[in-house]
Amino acid sequence: MIFDEMFGTEQSPRGPYQDYASWIDQEEAKRLAQKSLDAESLFRRTGITFNVYGQQEAQERLIPFDIVPRILSSREWTRLSKGIEQRVRAINAFLYDIYHRQEILRAGRVPRELISENEAFLPEMIGVEPPGGVYTHIVGIDIVRTGENEFFVLEDNARTPSGVSYMLENRETMLQMFPELFSQVRVQPVSDYPRNLHRSLSETAPSATSGKPVVAVLTPGIHNSAYYEHSFLADQMGAELVEGHDLRLEDGRIAMRTTRGYQAIDVLYRRVDDDFLDPLTFNPTSMLGVPGIMDIYRAGGITIANAPGTGIADDKAIYSYMPDIVEFYTGEKAILKNVPTYRCSEPDALAYVLDNINDLVIKEVHGSGGYGMLVGPAASKRETAAFAKKLKARPKNYIAQPTLSLSTVPILTKAGLAPRHVDLRPFVLVSPGAIRITPGGLTRVALKKGSLVVNSSQGGGTKDTWVLEE
Amino acid sequence: MLGKTAGGLFWMFRYLERSENTARLVEAGARMSLTRSVSGADEWSSILTTAGASLSYAERHDSVEPQKVIDFLLRDKDNPSSVRSIVESARNNARLVRTALTREVWEATNDCYLSLREELSKPIRDRDLPHVLGLIRQQSAYVRGALHGTMMRNDIFDFSRLGTFLERADNTARILDVKYYVLLPSNFNVGSSLDNVQWETILRSVSAERAYQWLHSGDATPVGIADFLILDRRMPRSLAFCYAKICDNLGYLEADYGVRHTSHDLADAVRSQMKDRSIDSIFDIGLHEFLIGLIRDTNALGQQIERDYRFNG
Repeated sequence: MIFDEMFGTEQSPRGPYQDYASWIDQEEAKRLAQKSLDAESLFRRTGITFNVYGQQEAQERLIPFDIVPRILSSREWTRLSKGIEQRVRAINAFLYDIYHRQEILRAGRVPRELISENEAFLPEMIGVEPPGGVYTHIVGIDIVRTGENEFFVLEDNARTPSGVSYMLENRETMLQMFPELFSQVRVQPVSDYPRNLHRSLSETAPSATSGKPVVAVLTPGIHNSAYYEHSFLADQMGAELVEGHDLRLEDGRIAMRTTRGYQAIDVLYRRVDDDFLDPLTFNPTSMLGVPGIMDIYRAGGITIANAPGTGIADDKAIYSYMPDIVEFYTGEKAILKNVPTYRCSEPDALAYVLDNINDLVIKEVHGSGGYGMLVGPAASKRETAAFAKKLKARPKNYIAQPTLSLSTVPILTKAGLAPRHVDLRPFVLVSPGAIRITPGGLTRVALKKGSLVVNSSQGGGTKDTWVLEE
Repeated sequence: MLGKTAGGLFWMFRYLERSENTARLVEAGARMSLTRSVSGADEWSSILTTAGASLSYAERHDSVEPQKVIDFLLRDKDNPSSVRSIVESARNNARLVRTALTREVWEATNDCYLSLREELSKPIRDRDLPHVLGLIRQQSAYVRGALHGTMMRNDIFDFSRLGTFLERADNTARILDVKYYVLLPSNFNVGSSLDNVQWETILRSVSAERAYQWLHSGDATPVGIADFLILDRRMPRSLAFCYAKICDNLGYLEADYGVRHTSHDLADAVRSQMKDRSIDSIFDIGLHEFLIGLIRDTNALGQQIERDYRFNG
């Protein structure tokens, strides 16, 4: 039974959607269709696009936006945000532990080889004290829903989660399209995010900082798929948007080339992967990073957000241990459930997965963006056979999960409202003194009927996400 | 401000100015073809020269024909200085410096790119040319309007304006230099008027035929036109005007940063060549020599600004 968030399993709208439902009932279909087009041209004008690699024409694409919001009550959100906060706290504690005493390995709660043999584990970070003790300044937690009270964490994003600009622009677009709606339905604002981001980053400034911390955003450049988001966030924070070639070592600091000379950076919000951060420490061919930044970092000369090496916490193999990790560091049961996960590295699990391959979703441990995965129920015989071969060759590379019956939220189609599957990525900011969670997050929606894949690279769209005022 | 950002702004506005200038050249040429019975080939050749596109055009076309020249200057993707290519470069620079622009300026630039990309994607029919040229002019006016209406008057604005006026000075000097021979007194019999085609092209290339008419009651003399385009401080495309603006904006940067660079001295030196000077004394040293020198100085000034403000490291 698929749970629809607007209608539940009934014909009448659920509580959080009541006001919206009575508003949309009054709207003419023609006006709504026009508003849909208006929204699209607004996105195009604003330039909210993502780049597609390897395509000459139409290099910049819009992520489709649907004008029907996804709505959560404040009660639903309070529960979710408690679970998110607990999980993010545990992730940071786990990272500190893994790069210091490794108590959790000593206690046998997480297998040692899962860490030591993991590419996302950076030996260079062992013993490093990140400023303020914060590893994951920005986290995105992917959550799916299957029923009235059934929420699951699908994935943690502890490296450089993206999509927050869509959360903000989706709201701006809705405010422009339907101002009257927001006076009828009270929605918690999201627009504080950039200010909170700046505040959070400033609060983790390194010891070398003198005066007001200088924050900069490091982007791989104009051709990166998320460049719009990088420039958007820098702009909203009032921070410089820098690339590797704008930076160099200067008097023991990382400094950016300005029109008046070099200026030291205190906090670098980097949107460049670990591997490209420092050619002297990691990938020697990288042109995107800054040679020597890791030495400055270790010496307390700069804050790198997120810290290098956080990938060990959002690895899909580690994911299956998250309930234990939460319990180990918080002493509490995890508020948010994990999706049951089979680790193909374990022979019993592998046998089960191969037997039930048609009912499972199988993912690469290091994959992302919906690439390299098999959705069993939707795959052809040949695809399944090919995947099983890969799986048997390198079982450690894969995990498997049951196909969840994801909740749906209606989208506006030519034939009126029609249910489509959604997920939710709330964004969390971590500083030494506070964990700040923006109410809502980014709702991604699979636009194809019946599809469960919400990734923008695979034909997904987005919706504005509302958390109602109490 | 990042050096890279200053450079991005400078080039963004150079490119925008250049696209407008190219459109204006094409407009002057098209007008000639329509209203004058002379064969247009010479005029179109000099337009290509002014746009700095003669060589690249010759590589692709055997003969100078209005249709081909228009297509080459406005929409040829392989011509890096076609309006289509330049507007894309301007918009790429705008994306690079997105954090320095107001939302209005960015959106105007993005609109400019989107609408011209659409308009220039298909060959332009004769009857559509005025519309296309009008659109180019209108779109760059929107960007300029947004710049003036919404941007802070700080270093961001100064670098943007420097790009505009450096490009414009270069453009005006080129227009004059390509035609300098028709303005030379030796080619000009006392008492007779300039060949109408020639002076009309010059004035139309800077959208100043009407202004000139008002000031000089239609008396198109070489000295009058040269004076107007070189020394007249009221004329927003004259060399004196451009250099006054360049010096102003460099001056604001000097006051703001508290540093005087080599580029300040270079700009002042060029400006002083035109201050309190009569057009006769320019003809005395040679118009061509003067213009060539000015183009060279402007180029050197651009490079010096680039170094002084660390555009590239």
